[in-house]
Amino acid sequence: MTESISEVSRYLASLFRSASSLRAGVVSIVALSSSITLGCASSSQLTNSDVPRVLDPDLARLERIYRAREDSIRMVVNDADANFMSGMIHHHAQALVMSALAPTHSSNSAIKTLTSRIINAQKDEIAVMQRWLGERGRPVPEVDTSGTMTMSQDHSMHMPGMLSPQQIDSLTLAHNEEYDRLFLRYMIQHHNGAVGMVHDLFATDGAAQDDFVFKLASDIQVDQITEVARMQKMLDEFMRASPNR
Amino acid sequence: MNLTIQDLPSASWKRFSSMARPLVLAVMALTSCTSSTMSTGSLSVGSPTLTLQSLQVTPPSPDPRVGLRAGLFNAEEAAWNMRVVSTTPPPEEFVGITNSDLAFKGNYAIQGNYSGVQVWDISNPSNPTTVTTFVCPASQSDVSVFGNLMFVSGEGMTGRLDCSDEGVQEAVSHDRMRGIRIFDITDIRNPDYITNVQTCRGSHTHTVLEDPDDQDNVYIYVSGSAPVRPEEELAGCSDALPSDDPNSALFRIEVIRVPLASPEDAAIVSSPRIFNDLVAPPEHGLAPEDILALDEAKASGAFIVEMGGQERVLSSRMLDPMLRDIVAARGGSGPPSAADSATLRAALPELIASAGANPLEDLGPTQCHDITVYPHLGLAGGACGGYGLLLDISDPIDPTRLAAVADSNFSYWHSATFNNDGTKILFTDEWGGGGAPKCRATDPKEWGANALFSLNGDNMEFESYYKLPAPQTSLENCVAHNGSLIPIPGRDIMVQAWYQGGISIFDWTDVSQPIEIAYHDRGPTDPSRMGMGGSWSVYWYNGLLVSSEIARGLDIFELTASEAISQNEIDAANTVKFEHLNSQGQPELVWPYSFSLARAYIDQLERSHAMPANRIDNIRTRLADAENDSGSAQRASLAGLSSRIRGMAAQSGDAGKVQMLADALEGLAEGG
Repeated sequence: MTESISEVSRYLASLFRSASSLRAGVVSIVALSSSITLGCASSSQLTNSDVPRVLDPDLARLERIYRAREDSIRMVVNDADANFMSGMIHHHAQALVMSALAPTHSSNSAIKTLTSRIINAQKDEIAVMQRWLGERGRPVPEVDTSGTMTMSQDHSMHMPGMLSPQQIDSLTLAHNEEYDRLFLRYMIQHHNGAVGMVHDLFATDGAAQDDFVFKLASDIQVDQITEVARMQKMLDEFMRASPNR
Repeated sequence: MNLTIQDLPSASWKRFSSMARPLVLAVMALTSCTSSTMSTGSLSVGSPTLTLQSLQVTPPSPDPRVGLRAGLFNAEEAAWNMRVVSTTPPPEEFVGITNSDLAFKGNYAIQGNYSGVQVWDISNPSNPTTVTTFVCPASQSDVSVFGNLMFVSGEGMTGRLDCSDEGVQEAVSHDRMRGIRIFDITDIRNPDYITNVQTCRGSHTHTVLEDPDDQDNVYIYVSGSAPVRPEEELAGCSDALPSDDPNSALFRIEVIRVPLASPEDAAIVSSPRIFNDLVAPPEHGLAPEDILALDEAKASGAFIVEMGGQERVLSSRMLDPMLRDIVAARGGSGPPSAADSATLRAALPELIASAGANPLEDLGPTQCHDITVYPHLGLAGGACGGYGLLLDISDPIDPTRLAAVADSNFSYWHSATFNNDGTKILFTDEWGGGGAPKCRATDPKEWGANALFSLNGDNMEFESYYKLPAPQTSLENCVAHNGSLIPIPGRDIMVQAWYQGGISIFDWTDVSQPIEIAYHDRGPTDPSRMGMGGSWSVYWYNGLLVSSEIARGLDIFELTASEAISQNEIDAANTVKFEHLNSQGQPELVWPYSFSLARAYIDQLERSHAMPANRIDNIRTRLADAENDSGSAQRASLAGLSSRIRGMAAQSGDAGKVQMLADALEGLAEGG
């Protein structure tokens, strides 16, 4: 039990280490690769490394407009949008905790596929939501190495669909098919809560006027409704396979 | 051995046929040739033991798309088997605002933008010029055209009836436009906003259906994925379950009819529930965990109902609308009181009994993301939540579901494309919604990819996945997105946008083995953070590959001849002419008979080794001679060549292709 929790912690720690080092890592990759000479054989292939690094004045002017517009979009921040982003980071973090148990708690390949995709998708979304808040000078919720939030712990518990500490304990204690079923039930509850958060956001005056917020919230909504339907189907199949469990 | 079609079980024959028909025919030819030797005039008869060679390409290695330098307007580029004709930055008004989908009319490319619509004149593709920059904010501004009408989708919360850019601050507002805007573009420099059709979920995308049997109207299928608008904003909108409210805006699409004589009268004419009974409701008892959960729920005061002899916990999704109704019924507002809850608790058993149906049954997806109609076959491919659907659209206002597929590797079914003869269908999975970097080396090849199916009647059978083969960085949003067929005759070739993954062209003639044959890619828009960018959509239009670049404007490309596509095949593709194009209203590709068409087929027979090399040479020589003839002499030589080639079909490795070549020559003879 303690062992499996520490395994989960290590796993999550590795996820977030890679996330936080992502920016630095990628910059170095780009820097490295731009110095590589890309000469290849095929006659109809072009690698246009001759695209000028210094822009002609017209394009340079448009790029300044582009950057200025990005900046001005960041100047206007609606509180409901910012609260949504912050709340959804907490919400997603719990989905990671729930899903990260799968490699040690499940032996079902469909569950492992599902949880891998949830981790992949929600980790990416956490990163963009953190960046959105950071670029607007708002507090950025951080995820600590144990996979849980380091701030606003109480706040997170009140968000729709979040698992109670008792539910987290039940899930952590469950293994194999028991974990699978419990995971599906809890994640359906969790996802429905996220969908509710999107509905609440859109019902708030002044919210989702930022195209990025609208798109992200709308995408979370459709993705999670779709995933709920898929999980319900999986749960139904479990039930049909062994209805007495 | 005497293998005939009848000897094969019909189902397996069908499946076999689409994948390996040429091979079977070659075997059949082999078995029959012992009893008869074909006479083919002066053309020599070679050994008929020919097997088809599959397409072979040698992509550059290492892949030059890996590690391209970042830049907004000066990123490093890589291209293979296609070339950049022009790159044109967006007009100043739209710089920094997302460019979206494309439609085409005559020499115009019409590009949606979250701030409006941009019309380009592409008659000189090396220098597209701005015709109109029309500011009218709406996301996503998915655009279509028909005749002198232009249709634009609006889904976001900021779209306004008056097209101004101040947004709509109130959650409920009669200034908001979510749905389809309709413009008269008789004078394309001055689009005239004639009306709009508002919908309950807005319009994320839409599809114009040109019904071959109805010259008086066009139809628009509206797909909307955002939450349902409040009834106070648009009357009649409900997000209750259909069992609670038959007018629920969930689990349906909208069909708008646009009368061409009076487009201002465009209106919703039906809201087909194409998902009904998509999945049978589960038949099982409660699991111990559920019983435990039920007990917990009871203890915490949850609403419990009995349905189908079983107690269930009512979700807030079902509960909330009912509570709202009770609050409204007493003339109140705001959150429900304890008394309201008690009223509902008392009324629940009767409510459930009167509902009749089990409101918890699986209703399928609540919407489609996109629908591609193929009016020529009366079919549509619907990419809807967790499903890919095949629809019969012979009655445009009453599309019906023929088949549905699901795939555990697919996150979110996004769009569909048929091959030209309707024997295959391709669905995309827009995993991550397009704003996430889903093409990293660590992302599975089956996720955020295309799924390819063979299509036999109503049966869709999974064959393979295709995903952009070049890994992208974490700075590049990348996933399968919009594309179209390239009309290379006799093959299924598609060009597809992958956001910042660039553009990938692939051959899916062999549906079990799609293969990339050309590409273009740039480095990220930004060296330090992921900016939204890349190709939203790329479509073939009259010889050009036109791409809407989210951040960088408009790109135009051309294919270049290669081992994968010959110049003759490119020339034959370029004989196909569209007067307009909405890619989601898939047009049937029809090739006029031409010498390039015949040469394209000959190149394909050579590439697949379906005929001996000396015979290919001989046919080419005779075709060149015929082209030098004129008048009746030319017609006679073409007709003669056609009939001799037709006689070779059975002994070739690809009888179907040989017949197509013979048809092309015969058509040339008759038409010339």
